[in-house]
Amino acid sequence: MVQATAVLTASVDISDLKARFLAAYRWMLIARVVEEKIAALYRGGKITGGVFLGKGQEALSTATGMALRKGDVFAPLIRDQAGRLAFGESLLDCTRTYMGSRLGPMRGRDGNVHRGRPQEGLMAMISHLGAMLPVVAGALLARRFRGVEDTVGAVSLGDGATSTGAFHEGLNLAAVEKLPLVLVIANNQYAYSTPTSRQFACEDLVDKAIGYGVAGHSVDGTDLEACLDTLQRAVTAARNGGGPQLVIASLLRLVGHGEHDDAGYVDPKLRQSSLGADCLELAEQRILREQWATAKTLRDSQDEVQRQIEEAVATTLREPLPDPNTEDWCPLATRHLCEGGSEGR
Amino acid sequence: MITYLEAIREAQAKALADDPRVYIYGQDVGQFGGAFKATKGLAKEYPGRVLDSPISEDAIIGSAIGAAIEGMRPIVEMQFADFSTVGFNQIVNQAATLHWRTQVPCPITIRLPSGGTAGAGPFHSQSMEALYAHYPGLIVMTPATVEDAYSMLLEAVAIDDPVIFCEHKYLYYHLKAEALPTEAVPTGKARIARQGRDATIVTYSAMLHEALACAEEMASECWEIEVIDLRSIKPLDTDTVLASVARTGRLLVVGEAWPWGGVTAEVIARVATEGFALLDTPPMRLNAKDTPVPYHPNLWGTHRPTAKTIAVALRELLSA
Repeated sequence: MVQATAVLTASVDISDLKARFLAAYRWMLIARVVEEKIAALYRGGKITGGVFLGKGQEALSTATGMALRKGDVFAPLIRDQAGRLAFGESLLDCTRTYMGSRLGPMRGRDGNVHRGRPQEGLMAMISHLGAMLPVVAGALLARRFRGVEDTVGAVSLGDGATSTGAFHEGLNLAAVEKLPLVLVIANNQYAYSTPTSRQFACEDLVDKAIGYGVAGHSVDGTDLEACLDTLQRAVTAARNGGGPQLVIASLLRLVGHGEHDDAGYVDPKLRQSSLGADCLELAEQRILREQWATAKTLRDSQDEVQRQIEEAVATTLREPLPDPNTEDWCPLATRHLCEGGSEGR
Repeated sequence: MITYLEAIREAQAKALADDPRVYIYGQDVGQFGGAFKATKGLAKEYPGRVLDSPISEDAIIGSAIGAAIEGMRPIVEMQFADFSTVGFNQIVNQAATLHWRTQVPCPITIRLPSGGTAGAGPFHSQSMEALYAHYPGLIVMTPATVEDAYSMLLEAVAIDDPVIFCEHKYLYYHLKAEALPTEAVPTGKARIARQGRDATIVTYSAMLHEALACAEEMASECWEIEVIDLRSIKPLDTDTVLASVARTGRLLVVGEAWPWGGVTAEVIARVATEGFALLDTPPMRLNAKDTPVPYHPNLWGTHRPTAKTIAVALRELLSA
């Protein structure tokens, strides 16, 4: 009996990891496939403006999204397609924003990764790096004022953003106020073309946690299980009153900064190193090795994901585009204070 | 008697009393009551709602935006308007674009202690209004009276958009009124501060008082000068300006800020494009000199327009 219970408990633990791992794998897969589709549409001239992919960062991003709950706050950055999905953003929000649909959350007023639904806790990033960190700190401050407990805000940034003033001011403010904020840094080794050696002089970014008086966590960003565990630990610590948590994930961006960039500046040695491993491939190998799914099941699930994405794109293609003649050109919520007659004539 | 500064303090007290969504955040605004005492005693009266911030203008503004997204109505104080440049990115790129991009309103009030005082020097004297008015999505208020300092600040807190509230430090202690107002002119409407028929001076903020002093002096020579207080520079009440120019035919626009691309240029551009035929003579403008704001009173007193230099410009306008 004792033995049976032990076996059962063990199997629950394993199945829990299995369930989390498979759920995470699915978000990673959807993100990878939808981004491949977006890139194809871009090459086919169907998308105006930039296209920014998260290839190589899906494990970390998914883990961030999955560690949060509905009602938490999330400020994703440009390589967070997977985390957005895990947090609850629909595929249509992605395709509609990239393709300029009037029905998307940004209605053609902003594009690509500059999207969100702030009223639902999903912040819409501006392009200035680090800038979303103080905003999330403020959202958490507001929740404190309103007596909302049991809440967390997560902010995604890259190694480059750690050099900004907003990073410093935002993290310091969050630390002073002991806010339940998780700052996730994807150290993907390059900020556009600039290597970390030209970005910062500290040995390890996680050491910055000491200076700010916050908890620090390091994780291998290519390892899904490690990402899931670390992000869960950091989010739980923040939720339980542990103050801001700084998570530094090491990985390599496996694409250019955007699709216009061939990333010829990336050191080939880095590509060959363990940092250069593809987290999605590693996750797949792990699933097969653990026999959590068969190769056929994975193939079927890939086909199904592909179908979902084709459907979202097809829907979006049928939707109305923004129309300058019916566009509301007032930038204010207070309509009567808009300067109607002052267009540059 | 109540001063311009006390009116600002009273408006914040009323906002805190009336609306639980209001809080105040900024450097030294808590127990200390602010560098100018604009929040004197408020931390004690409203515990936990008037908070000292780190010296982090970017994070002060950014956090106010995040709080506004969550339904709060923050009032933030930049210790001096000049320091708002450190928070400029959050103001013009985040706050100003939020509603337009996401349909989520951004009701934040950013108080900028603005303008020159003797001895304040290049970094405690600036007038930033034109810079912020340039960006779509912001409302820019420039109250020149005790009454407006009070009622416009309350309106700023109530408005669902980011408001840049330029309060003039020169008026803080010197400008007094009998009592707080019970009625208010809505934002977006200019006020005819003095009626006249020979020429129109359009101005705002502390320069209103220089213009009124000048008009009073000119009255002794039988000139009747109309003086318009813009009150807010965005929105700008072009109609009231045009109506005045239609009566007087002569226009002088006065501002304490630098000339290039500023409020005086904007007013003249509007009158020239929308009311050229109303002008009997070429319009004129008077601004601060195009240098950083000097420290020494001898230089500062000449750097900015005064009743005296406005009178010189006006005589030139009237003789044209």
